[in-house]
Amino acid sequence: MAKLQQTPSQTVGPYFAYGLLPQQYNYGDGLLKEIASGQVAGADVPGNRIRIEGQVFDGAGKVITDAMIEIWQADHLGRYAHPRDPRGSNANFKGFGRFGTGTEADNKFVFDTIKPGVVEPGAAPHINVILLMRGMLLHTFTRIYFADETEANAKDTILAQVPAERRDTLIATRTDTASGMVYRFDIHMQGPRETVFFDV
Amino acid sequence: MTDSFAPRDWSSHPRYIEPIYRSTPLRGPTKPLIPIRQSLSELTGPVYGQDCLGPLDADLTRNGMKSAEPLGERIIVTGRILDEDSRGIANTLVEVWQANSSGRYIHVVDQHPAPLDPNFFGGGRCVTDAHGRYRFMTIKPGAYPWGNHPNAWRPQHIHFSLFGPSFVTRLVTQMYFPGDPLFALDPIYQSAPAAARERMVAKFSIDVTEPDFALGYVFDIVLRGHNATRMGH
Ligand SMILES: [Fe+3]
Repeated sequence: MAKLQQTPSQTVGPYFAYGLLPQQYNYGDGLLKEIASGQVAGADVPGNRIRIEGQVFDGAGKVITDAMIEIWQADHLGRYAHPRDPRGSNANFKGFGRFGTGTEADNKFVFDTIKPGVVEPGAAPHINVILLMRGMLLHTFTRIYFADETEANAKDTILAQVPAERRDTLIATRTDTASGMVYRFDIHMQGPRETVFFDV
Repeated sequence: MTDSFAPRDWSSHPRYIEPIYRSTPLRGPTKPLIPIRQSLSELTGPVYGQDCLGPLDADLTRNGMKSAEPLGERIIVTGRILDEDSRGIANTLVEVWQANSSGRYIHVVDQHPAPLDPNFFGGGRCVTDAHGRYRFMTIKPGAYPWGNHPNAWRPQHIHFSLFGPSFVTRLVTQMYFPGDPLFALDPIYQSAPAAARERMVAKFSIDVTEPDFALGYVFDIVLRGHNATRMGH
């Protein structure tokens, strides 16, 4: 039987907020309950609490105000909430977050979550990222690694495929604040610090 | 089992930088993407089922209704979410958003001077059934102007967001209506390779059409399938 062919991707456009993030952007008084937000881990989820925040910059260095970031991560033991993960997972932790850059000061994205564990031998803790925005006709894939995992990062087989001089675009820097651990992960679409995006 | 998902078919998708769509030259990545293998991180992905839905989420003619029926042409949009081997993708979330019949979004950034409809919200979702089928009741969205170039208008469209079975099968696209005269002039529609464009156009269906009630359109969406060669055991 002939293969079907993939439906083309199109831009998410500037108006995704009320469809995809109605609570974050305060649309519709709860008539559509958003499936995911920046609150990735509730209080009942075991693991080290972390905050991940950053901005998305265009090729002119301007902060992008209509991007949407989605994250997909394992729980504190490195397990995904998906039937394909044979180890089962923490039923309280979905591991998916979504945040638009149109509501916070400085157009930041902010995720409150837990630090993921190690998914498989030879992999450093990481968070998978999908980035969408007006002006991008198809989403990009990237990953967030952690600056305080130097040893694990050095052994990570995927980081190893990234040219050494570009690896730090994937590594979130850590600051310990009064309210907890904050990792900073800025995304640069272009320029000398252009973030590494994956074909996967 | 180590089977993986088929790659993005680059002959089906737009390029990141497409000068006719003027927002892309500063926003698309310029360096080549780095190919990586699919690990458990990519083979898994978020799962959303019926339990995340409200009772009116798939009926956009009702979910934003305050005092009367929304204005415009009532339509049914239905179809299947499939993989490249024609298998329906069951139990996957389909999210949609669109302009109202006048071509106006409720989004605050949309300042197009066409009327808002107090009875129409424009967002909805549903979950596919065991055969990958989805179904929305809605209002046909209007065309709307945008600032890309002088006298630029978007063809009538509904935005679709899909997950599929894994992190890598995610797709955000737009559904268009048959025979729209704006296709030839729309940089976003034209950004898809010529041979792939008509895959974004729904078909009118008299079988889906409900007598004295709503016109029917069928729109099937094809996500990345599985790799033909399955390795391991
Ligand atoms: Fe639109």
